[in-house]
Amino acid sequence: MQLTDQVRELLQQAFPSGEVEVSSFSGSDHLSARVRSDRFGGLSLIEQHRLVYAPVQHLLDDGSIHALQIKTEAT
Amino acid sequence: MIVTDDQIREEILETIQRNRIMLFMKGTPDAPRCGFSARSVQCLDAAGAEFAAMDILPDPRIRQQLSAHSGWPTIPQLFINGELVGGCDIISELYESGELSKMVAPAA
Repeated sequence: MQLTDQVRELLQQAFPSGEVEVSSFSGSDHLSARVRSDRFGGLSLIEQHRLVYAPVQHLLDDGSIHALQIKTEAT
Repeated sequence: MIVTDDQIREEILETIQRNRIMLFMKGTPDAPRCGFSARSVQCLDAAGAEFAAMDILPDPRIRQQLSAHSGWPTIPQLFINGELVGGCDIISELYESGELSKMVAPAA
């Protein structure tokens, strides 16, 4: 499975009621994720980003993802 | 000289305590080695921040110990007043909203 698809799937599982967009840029190991979710309500930016990192942490740890650009939006 | 993991962790914690605005990055502010670190430096400069920086590249354990402390997986990482503010995306967002300038203004 492509890394982009894998990350999209993991994020969709983590945010089943949210909207998830994942794309790659400047090489396949640089990913950009855009997540809209009601889980972000009332959370600081850092808490929101932590929620996005959590399900893909293992891919960052093992170096599969070099960089993950995150944009969150509370709904 | 052999540097232990504990010494690296202590150095990281100490530098976060000692510097009100502390950026952990790849490379140096003058010669960033990664686009995300470069972008973070640009935002801090543009916000008028006087910040200290540490290059995490010389020893892979710096990043391991830093992430173990902060619970944040990627570099760069910005700390203000000992607290993790975030990485490049958050720094950029705070800069664009004008929030970063307020956060880095010298304490009265």
